[in-house]
Amino acid sequence: MKLNILYFARLKDSFGMGSEQLETDAASVDELLTELRQRGDNWSCELAAGKAFRVARNQELVRLDATLGDGDEIAIFPPVTGG
Amino acid sequence: MQAFTVRVQQERFDSGVEIDRLSHNPACGAVVSFNGLVRDYGDRQDVAALQLEHYPGMTEKALHTIIEQARQRWQLQAATIIHRVGHLPLGEAIVLVVTASSHRKDAFAAAEFLMDFLKTEAPFWKKEILRDGSAHWVEAKASDQHAIGRWQ
Repeated sequence: MKLNILYFARLKDSFGMGSEQLETDAASVDELLTELRQRGDNWSCELAAGKAFRVARNQELVRLDATLGDGDEIAIFPPVTGG
Repeated sequence: MQAFTVRVQQERFDSGVEIDRLSHNPACGAVVSFNGLVRDYGDRQDVAALQLEHYPGMTEKALHTIIEQARQRWQLQAATIIHRVGHLPLGEAIVLVVTASSHRKDAFAAAEFLMDFLKTEAPFWKKEILRDGSAHWVEAKASDQHAIGRWQ
């Protein structure tokens, strides 16, 4: 299945990319994060359990146990700081 | 005229025009507005500007959802949220919230509610650019998270 993944703010800088298309078998957000952490370096550091970040699926905030579907837009970003 | 509007833009806005736009409904006795400005200190001192990033699409949805939540709690005739993105120099406006209601208390409460939830739910991120040219992402504040607690 194919996911469109977006990264914002500190994570975009740290990963050196704002978006990517990923072919994956991850069935949940949690499994996707496990896969991304395996890239090591900044990925394992920024996405470590206990680090503050948020995940949105198709532009709605979701929990880590949320399931994934083909073509989903997944965004991973730090806690928001607008206003 | 659209009574409930949300705008995300790089350009400056004119608060007076926006307040005036919500001030011609004979049922509205109260219009409250809040302007958020770029300040010279944040996580660090000597802030010269902010760089604002957002998540196009989700931002607008999140702001409309926050307005819907406010409408369920207070009697609102109209509301406007404008949030700027991009490079914002010291002293410039970042955000404008305007609420219009028959009654002052509803307009005040809704404006504060909109700002509290905007700060914790809408996907905007600030980067502080200091006078020496260095830049860093602003950390989310626990106090902002606490601020929404009082509405629950």
